[in-house]
Amino acid sequence: MTTDLPTTAPTVLEVRSLSVEFALRGGTFTAARDVGFKLQAGRTLCLVGESGSGKSVTARAMMQLIDAPGRIARGNIMLGGAGAPVDIATLNPRGEAIRAIRGRRIGMIFQEPMSSLSPVHTIGAQIVEVLRLHLKMDAKQARARTIELLRQVEIPDPERNIDRYTFEFSGGMRQRAMIAMALACNPQVLIADEPTTALDVTTQAEVLDLISRMQRELGMAMLLITHDMGVVAEVADDVAVMYRGKIVEAGPVDEVFHNARHPYTRRLLSSVLKLERTSELKQAPAAAAAEPILSVRDLGKVYQPRKSLLSRTPKVAVKAVDGVSFDLMAGESLGIVGESGSGKTTLGRLILRIVEPTDGAVTYRPQSGAPIDVRGLDKQGLRNLHQQVRLIFQDPFASLNPRMTVRQIIADPLVVNRIASGAALEARVSELLGMVGLDPAVMERYPHAFSGGQRQRIGIARALALNPRILIADEATSALDVSIRSQMLDLLLELQQRLGLSFLFISHDIGVVRYFCDRVAVMRRGKIVEIGAAETICTAPEHPYTKALISAVPHPDPRHKRMRTRTHLDA
Amino acid sequence: MSLEPDKAFMSAADLTADLPPEEETQFVASAGASAAVAGQWTLMLWKFRRQKVAMASLFIVLLLYLVAILAEFLAPYGVDMTRPQYTYAPPQGISLFVTGADGGWQFLPHASGYKIVVDQEAMRRTFEVDPDKIIPIGLFVTGETYKLWGLFESNLHFIGPTNPADTVYFLGSDRIGRDVLSRLIYGTRISMSIGLVGVVISLALGVFLGGISGYYGGALDTAIQRLVEVVSAMPTIPLWMGLAAAIPLAWPPALVYFTVTAIVSLLGWTSLAREVRGRFFALREEDFVTAARLDGSSEMRLIFRHMLPSITSHLLAMVTLAVPAMIIAETSLSFLGIGLKPPVVSWGVLLQDAQNLRAIANAPWLLFWPALAVMVSVLSFNFLGDGLRDAADPYDN
Repeated sequence: MTTDLPTTAPTVLEVRSLSVEFALRGGTFTAARDVGFKLQAGRTLCLVGESGSGKSVTARAMMQLIDAPGRIARGNIMLGGAGAPVDIATLNPRGEAIRAIRGRRIGMIFQEPMSSLSPVHTIGAQIVEVLRLHLKMDAKQARARTIELLRQVEIPDPERNIDRYTFEFSGGMRQRAMIAMALACNPQVLIADEPTTALDVTTQAEVLDLISRMQRELGMAMLLITHDMGVVAEVADDVAVMYRGKIVEAGPVDEVFHNARHPYTRRLLSSVLKLERTSELKQAPAAAAAEPILSVRDLGKVYQPRKSLLSRTPKVAVKAVDGVSFDLMAGESLGIVGESGSGKTTLGRLILRIVEPTDGAVTYRPQSGAPIDVRGLDKQGLRNLHQQVRLIFQDPFASLNPRMTVRQIIADPLVVNRIASGAALEARVSELLGMVGLDPAVMERYPHAFSGGQRQRIGIARALALNPRILIADEATSALDVSIRSQMLDLLLELQQRLGLSFLFISHDIGVVRYFCDRVAVMRRGKIVEIGAAETICTAPEHPYTKALISAVPHPDPRHKRMRTRTHLDA
Repeated sequence: MSLEPDKAFMSAADLTADLPPEEETQFVASAGASAAVAGQWTLMLWKFRRQKVAMASLFIVLLLYLVAILAEFLAPYGVDMTRPQYTYAPPQGISLFVTGADGGWQFLPHASGYKIVVDQEAMRRTFEVDPDKIIPIGLFVTGETYKLWGLFESNLHFIGPTNPADTVYFLGSDRIGRDVLSRLIYGTRISMSIGLVGVVISLALGVFLGGISGYYGGALDTAIQRLVEVVSAMPTIPLWMGLAAAIPLAWPPALVYFTVTAIVSLLGWTSLAREVRGRFFALREEDFVTAARLDGSSEMRLIFRHMLPSITSHLLAMVTLAVPAMIIAETSLSFLGIGLKPPVVSWGVLLQDAQNLRAIANAPWLLFWPALAVMVSVLSFNFLGDGLRDAADPYDN
């Protein structure tokens, strides 16, 4: 696929009918097929696709970084610029020529800065090494340039931070250091592979700002790989949509978003846009007179520092959750939103007492009988509570025992609580599988035979097995692709209405929470800073932190970029 | 700007054919169907089968145990058959054809006989293989009477001279004219089995102590780990010698060795315990274990239904790698004279005969065959164990 651009920007790198193949036992797997695009100076091309679409493989091929058994089967990667154009596809992956290009003419930023930066060298030493290697600078020059680079990427106090180690930096700072390193030699091309996926939404906004500013200032051509349509809308000039190893649609960002031609693109966009508003499946929230089914009062968890003979400085206690109070009404979905480290996951675990709370009270009101003080429960009482209040896990791969069949997994809670056996058990498992939209015939299969979305459905079936009244969903949709995500939410909504469930929905994703929840609580540093109706929180938040958080969420429409006008939180 | 979409992608048929249904809840009974219902052992077997060296090693190990089981039947002679007139007789070759009087070939499996050569200088008789003397041999011949496993009396031997009065030494004979092949076969039985008890004891202790150490953690873990450190600091060989000396003389040598192995294995569980502890530590934090706990599983069920099955394949690999250590221990201790002692026959005991220079100079086969047996078995177990370890976790990719 070739591109005709009306702009006069010179093409720096052109990929022509590139195919990457992996030789596997059962034959050849083509991870990228006939991929072609152009990168132009000063423009950003976003390569977008869901997991397994071949976008990362394409990026790695451009640096000859594909590991065996993968190889570039066909195609050219022409790198232009000064001198004769070079075809990267023909270079030896371990040769001199490609090493002169990596880091020098093409810079790369990876998803996880912690694993791409060395933990045993200081940030400065790593950038200095790049400069000395590629630009043959002497030690003094290189250090001065490094400080300059760190200043450019807005790392505060670069003279001091140059001598610090990776682990002393926060995630956002690490990614900034990684950007400084990628830009050290003024590359012509910058490849960023999911550069902000591991970051919180406010940090993501800052890093994306920085990347696009640097790219404009240095006039680089940029390839940004992402699965997030919001990020695409915010930073892209051009978009190429990848699906199953092929580019199915390509064009300027406005064209792709507002006039998509390929059905896959349309489907992808519609599932993204669906999460921009409250679900249509949602009915009016339950009557206000409803009793709270779960009350949390001043709940707290303090991690006391370990007493150590060797450490000189006294360590401070960490308050993971600090005085959290809320009520969950019967039939309601309450979202708990926060960035990493805000204590939202711990909160879910405190309610179930997987982690023991240090302060406060949790009260559960069963259908009949007196309210139960969860913190005062003994072992048997806790087991009974765990039948009523169930947890859905984030990682659909780790939460199912790979050595048990689907039938055994779903039946396990029924067996250990002696609820059903024999034919009744079998019938119940079939019913549960049907409930989550899976064919009951698959119950003899093992989890490895299922995709992420299907596994999450199995996890939901297991949670439903005991007829619970409350489900605590801990980032239950975060590990899923966007198109699967909205289907999962629809399934949960449908189940909620059918079974009268109440949800405590923990997520970092504002879109998911707005789509699914009636009310939202925003957590920051262990505390709830704001709680209110989902629509209010998402459109007209009160608290400055919530404002900053909401405004940092990328908006999947290039005509209404939100991040550029976002609210900054000072302090 | 117009990015010309590839025409091939935009053809109507392609658009619909290429796109899967909205949610993947459809299941096709295709090539993946058998993998879908394959449990951990099936997956492990598939992965193991791809490793050629490990498969070959498995075959050799099974063959060695078959030899150990059928020792009486496979050996041409009994373990104590002595013929003092054939001292240090060299191995005889086997031929399938004889040249007849008319010069033609005739099928007759046979071994060559011996002629006696007198070494004038050393004033000593030695044997040389004489291709002219023919001793016919065959399969399933009658010979010495034996009791298979001490139960079934028989005189059928897998291989031997067709005339029971003849002697053949396929792998040579020793100082008092005993058949090295027969003794090697009987030695296989002892060498391959006597340490297994030790391995089982180490396994049980290691899994139990390592398991509770990893599962409960805290003070219990600290206590067990300190115990592990103390125990692994104890020197094994002096302990072994002391124990061997402390056991009543009247006990038969095999029982003495058995007892000592069992006692020493009380010290050998430490590395296993550490490994099991590490695995339990990691497993305890796994989501599926938390899920099982929230399902209401008791601690016993958590450990035996959810956690142990996750490490059984690793345990199998660990045990397989522990067996060669026990074979080497038996061989070296017996060679040093503090393990098994004659009249028990093991590979280590056989090697005792090759301790002096004269034996090695005149009868190198006394050293060669038992040493080869030890090497082949130890290598096979190591390759097998490596293969099992690689196949042990079929879910890592």
